[in-house]
Amino acid sequence: MTSTTLLLLVFGMGAIAWFFGRLKAAGLRSAASSPKRALHSLPNYHGWYVALWAIIPALLFVTVWNIVSPSLITEAALTSPAAQQLPQEGFARGTILSEARSIAYGNQSNAFNPLSRTMVGPYEEAISYYQTIGALAALLLVFACGAFAWLRIKPDLRARTKIERVTMMALLIASLIAIVTTVGIFLSLVFETARFFSMVSPIDFLFGTEWNPKAVAGPRGETGFGAIPLFWGTVFIGAIIAMIVAIPLGLMSAVYLTQYAPPRFRAWMKPILEVLAGVPTVVYGYFAALTVAPALRDFAVSIGIAGASSESALAAGLVMGIMIIPFVSSMADDSIAAVPSAMRDGSLAMGATKSETIKKVLIPAALPGVVGGVLLAVSRAIGETMIVVMAAGLAANMTANPFSSVTTVTTQIVKLLTGDQEFDSPKTLAAFALGLVLFIVTLLLNLIALRVVKKYREAYE
Amino acid sequence: MTNSKNEMISAGDGSPKMTTRNVNVFYGDKQAINDVSIDVNMDNVTAFIGPSGCGKSTFLRCLNRMNDTIPIAKVTGEITLEGEDIYSPTMDVVQLRARVGMVFQKPNPFPKSIYDNVAYGPRIHGLAAGKDELDNIVETSLQRAGLWGEVKDRLLDSGTALSGGQQQRLCIARAIAVDPEVILMDEPCSALDPIATAKIEELIHEIRGRYAIVIVTHNMQQAARVSQRTAFFHLGTLVEYGETSEIFTNPTETQTRDYITGRYG
Repeated sequence: MTSTTLLLLVFGMGAIAWFFGRLKAAGLRSAASSPKRALHSLPNYHGWYVALWAIIPALLFVTVWNIVSPSLITEAALTSPAAQQLPQEGFARGTILSEARSIAYGNQSNAFNPLSRTMVGPYEEAISYYQTIGALAALLLVFACGAFAWLRIKPDLRARTKIERVTMMALLIASLIAIVTTVGIFLSLVFETARFFSMVSPIDFLFGTEWNPKAVAGPRGETGFGAIPLFWGTVFIGAIIAMIVAIPLGLMSAVYLTQYAPPRFRAWMKPILEVLAGVPTVVYGYFAALTVAPALRDFAVSIGIAGASSESALAAGLVMGIMIIPFVSSMADDSIAAVPSAMRDGSLAMGATKSETIKKVLIPAALPGVVGGVLLAVSRAIGETMIVVMAAGLAANMTANPFSSVTTVTTQIVKLLTGDQEFDSPKTLAAFALGLVLFIVTLLLNLIALRVVKKYREAYE
Repeated sequence: MTNSKNEMISAGDGSPKMTTRNVNVFYGDKQAINDVSIDVNMDNVTAFIGPSGCGKSTFLRCLNRMNDTIPIAKVTGEITLEGEDIYSPTMDVVQLRARVGMVFQKPNPFPKSIYDNVAYGPRIHGLAAGKDELDNIVETSLQRAGLWGEVKDRLLDSGTALSGGQQQRLCIARAIAVDPEVILMDEPCSALDPIATAKIEELIHEIRGRYAIVIVTHNMQQAARVSQRTAFFHLGTLVEYGETSEIFTNPTETQTRDYITGRYG
């Protein structure tokens, strides 16, 4: 019996358990004189009570069994006579065993090593033996626990309270998963970075100005792991060029939409602008690499700028700025709309014009929210990968010339990790160190941004 | 209603600062103000009283065209400031509001310094030639609003850091700073405690005569204390308008009597 069938069976029995639980509770309810006082909870809750008792222990058992049984299976297979002929030393033995296991599970049809063939029989036997045990135990558990719960159904059983507690636990687990995963990712970054820093000095990495990663250190011990050009490229594209585009355009569109646009236009425009935030960045990447970058290069050449390249910081930054506009404008829109209308009326009643009111009262009052939005946008921009991979290039130049090619942290991570890599070479591990830096910087930016936004909200509510 | 709707209700001595004739206000299809004619005099504080939703604030907001900010609001009839129709196409709303200032129900200082709050109006209207003159206007306005002594050492602190009563006096100072002819007050004390309220009322007494003041209030005692003339609104119509002492001691309308004796409202 496969695990899928087993799971379906468990859930099927759970449904039956629900039915019987509800049936018993409904019987108790109709037997009583006043339905309201007959049972503590409605019959549905009793159904769920029995069903959850039937399903949850069995599911836990199946999970544990799936973890434990492979080693039991291998052990059983090794006691067979065929196992005596296996080589003793680890690597060859391991390959044969794993090959035999794959064939026995039906994942692989032919054996490369004739010895694997001989192990398939014992494996198949052990697998079917332990799977049967597991399935029987699980079904028995469903029945036993379900029956236990069913027997406990009495008028004063607080089934609703118990179900609500289980629901709350499920919600709690759901909310923890994202956090636990993030912590896990962070820890893995930290460990790999620590390995990297045991090979390359953190000072060289953080303050070095030459980025040319090699697997082996050069004659004078130089490793080419100076990440400053990458940090500069990231800041240049994401925080400077993109923001020069996104801040004014985003802010102006927010002002227009909140203050001038007719309601019907706003009702159309705002959702459209927000949908733009959902366009896959690879689409923007195409646009940057195939349309904007060549046009910019031709323009730069025509006005005689030296070092114009077909992959340029400007192309990536411009397109990234366009991509970021919805973020800035949406945050600015929210914070301008959150400025109390009393403030606006106060200014208008002084005889200020609409534009004076916007410039001198609304935008200053909304500024913290706008700044928060901009910081979030920056953190989004410096973590953005696809556009810069396609349009910014790979050359780690330290230059302020927007027409030349620069590279960013994310681009280099992609470059370091694509293709075959050895995971003990500093060249590969450098990607983790870069990732960690990026992670920390964006985390800090987000923290500051949320802090700023929150503080501002408190002021008006 | 005994007065004919079209009959002008005299506003005491002197020529009226503002007049309104047959004013109707509509919010979409709903009529909020029905044929109101009132004169506002320079020497007097005029109080608008009436139960919630009677239209007194709506009517007040017609006097400096603040209803323009509500797209569905429509005003008909004639409202004049010194004989000039304020709804005529030639009237610039910016200039009108510089002449007819307003103080709102909830204190609404800008999130700027105390100084910048008061200097806001003079700056946008270009009333001060230089820094000294602006300082002068700010000081005078704060003095008139009775706030100078409390804030003179911290003019650069944020206006929003002041107490509610101080904020409201700051808003009055801000309105005074552009030297308006009329000041409209929309329930200026409803968000304040009794002591702050007493200070505002005292302030109204002091600036009275320099500006024509129109005050909307829920509080009948307040209307009796600060005003010389009182208008009683009910369901969008003007029920009675006259000397405050008359209205409170000897109203002609039973509706007015019922309201001021606390029968409803």
